[in-house]
Amino acid sequence: MRKLLFKNLIQRPLTEPRPPADDALLADLAERLATSSRRALGRSLSIREVDAGSCNGCELEIHALANVYYDLERFGLRFVASPRHADVLLVTGPVTKNMREALERTWHATPDPKWVVAVGDCALDGGPFAGSYAVVGGVSAVVPVDLHIRGCPPSPKALLEGLIALVESKSVAGPR
Amino acid sequence: MSLQSELLESGTPAPQRPWPRAVVTKDAWRRCIRELAAGNATLLGYWSDGEAVHMALIEPEAAEPQPFTPFVVSLPCPDGRYPSVAGAHPPALRLERAIHDLHGLTPVGLPDARPWLDHGRWGRHPLGARQEAPADGLGYTFLPVEGPPMHEIAVGPVHAGIIEPGHFRFTASGETVVRLEQRLGFTHKGTESLMAGATVERAARLAGRVSGDSTVAYALAFAMAVESATGLEAPPRAVWLRAVMAELERLANHLGDIGAICNDAAFALLHAHCGALRERVLRAAAVSFGHRLMMDRVVPGGVACDLDDGGAAAISSLIADMRRHFPELVELYENTTSLQDRTVTTGTLDPGLARRYGAGGYVGRATGRTFDARRWPGYPPYPELAFEVPVRSEGDVDARVWIRIHEVYQSLALLEQCLARLPRGRVLSGKIVAGPGEGVSLVEGFRGDILAWVRVAGDGAIARCHLRDPSWFQWPLLEAVVEGNIVADFPLINKSFNCSYSGHDL
Repeated sequence: MRKLLFKNLIQRPLTEPRPPADDALLADLAERLATSSRRALGRSLSIREVDAGSCNGCELEIHALANVYYDLERFGLRFVASPRHADVLLVTGPVTKNMREALERTWHATPDPKWVVAVGDCALDGGPFAGSYAVVGGVSAVVPVDLHIRGCPPSPKALLEGLIALVESKSVAGPR
Repeated sequence: MSLQSELLESGTPAPQRPWPRAVVTKDAWRRCIRELAAGNATLLGYWSDGEAVHMALIEPEAAEPQPFTPFVVSLPCPDGRYPSVAGAHPPALRLERAIHDLHGLTPVGLPDARPWLDHGRWGRHPLGARQEAPADGLGYTFLPVEGPPMHEIAVGPVHAGIIEPGHFRFTASGETVVRLEQRLGFTHKGTESLMAGATVERAARLAGRVSGDSTVAYALAFAMAVESATGLEAPPRAVWLRAVMAELERLANHLGDIGAICNDAAFALLHAHCGALRERVLRAAAVSFGHRLMMDRVVPGGVACDLDDGGAAAISSLIADMRRHFPELVELYENTTSLQDRTVTTGTLDPGLARRYGAGGYVGRATGRTFDARRWPGYPPYPELAFEVPVRSEGDVDARVWIRIHEVYQSLALLEQCLARLPRGRVLSGKIVAGPGEGVSLVEGFRGDILAWVRVAGDGAIARCHLRDPSWFQWPLLEAVVEGNIVADFPLINKSFNCSYSGHDL
């Protein structure tokens, strides 16, 4: 173990520079969040991930955010274990009928102010699962969505861009 | 005479490729149940098309070479009833409950009649004679527990980590788990109903989204089943490229799992290093095939994109990188006693149980089963490649980690062979999918063997499709191995199984 640790001391870090926040997302968010309340949370967000029925592809890329290349926590973004500790719900999947109530309850358990970020094409409108007897549809069919990050699944870079846009627009516009 | 030839001779042959299928009588069905219960056959898959129930069976992994192919027996259920397999053979239990939920066919003698995938949210029997029903949810009675001093811990469906939804009900005596009961079905998306009547292209996209971590394996299983059903043939280069993608997928998942298991034992260093290696695999996949998880790249008739020189170079440098760094991590795993203390003798699976359930993947191979679908029944190009199927007998978390470690090396060797011998030519067959026909396939995903069965209609659309995730036969074993362990070891044991929720829930 010592060998490996020493090697890491002299090796340059693998972590990459931060991607720029997506301008279109920023503008969109600034507009939406401007109308919201004024209490500031500072430049950090606690995120609770909720899989509302995804194929687990989105979860793999959300997991990747924590690896040394993307190192999510340096942006003040961190995943928490309980919705009661969260500012943001990161919701994936078409919302299945079997998960609808769990998603609603999680949303209600999250204290205000809160944001919902829908992740992946399924989370927009159900994606390829739209129209199934077992699927409600996109996340916005169940809880209000503030930001949607597209992709099947979105790459960690796209996720990071979206989340950074959320942090920045929030500190510009003031959170709700 | 083998069980297979007896059963097939007594029944009416049905058109299915490449494994034989026979429509059998109730007596022959009961014979199958007896053979399963006696351990003379292993249940490989169990599904319904609404009119009949079908069982895919293999005779046990006896001495190599395996003399028998898998085969399928079908029992028509004109009155909506059939003799329950689960009554005598528990591995069929959840599958039978699911068949009842979806199709409304009643297994007579089913020992546990609680709904499984149906949570009372979408009407009854959506794939059969659909009945409207109140959608406000069904209550679910967990198995009773008696005797003090016990307490229950309810976990999920929304878990504390970034994982899929499912419910675990623990009954514990102090720190020791007395029983774990799972309740799954939360991610049920009605994939089979969406596939019925879909075009082959749309169905292939759905197949690739049954379990995102196994998207290549699922797309491959589906493509091979469609190709068997319709006589479509993938060009040789495509066959080899499929193996490249499949091994990259296995590599990425095994690295993710090894790291995550260590992380659940609070050893973050290995998690960080394995995470970096996994990221490099995904980046190489993106360079080579245009998508980090290689979704929608394997299609019936071949593959959707070719590998250029830049892509091949990216994979070669990945292999070199892995060969340099991975052994250091293995050494670290092996020499960290505090980590070994958590993984060795934790969550030990009984070999008899693994055999009975036909547990695939690292769950089976860490417990003495030699089954690997790439080796047997085998599919191209694997019979032409040199690789070993690592097997251990301990059956604990440590053994499941070691199987993954060995398989990482095997996958690297397979990738090297594939790149060196990649044939030239086109990658997609020009032939149009035409039916009718029935095909079945078995593909080794990173988690275990995935079974795909497909019936293609005369117009080339998918009439029915069933995809069986390896998790169906692994989830129940997780319940068994947790017993007697402490609650704090559950995350570790669970991660060492890493069953798919979405793949199971469909």
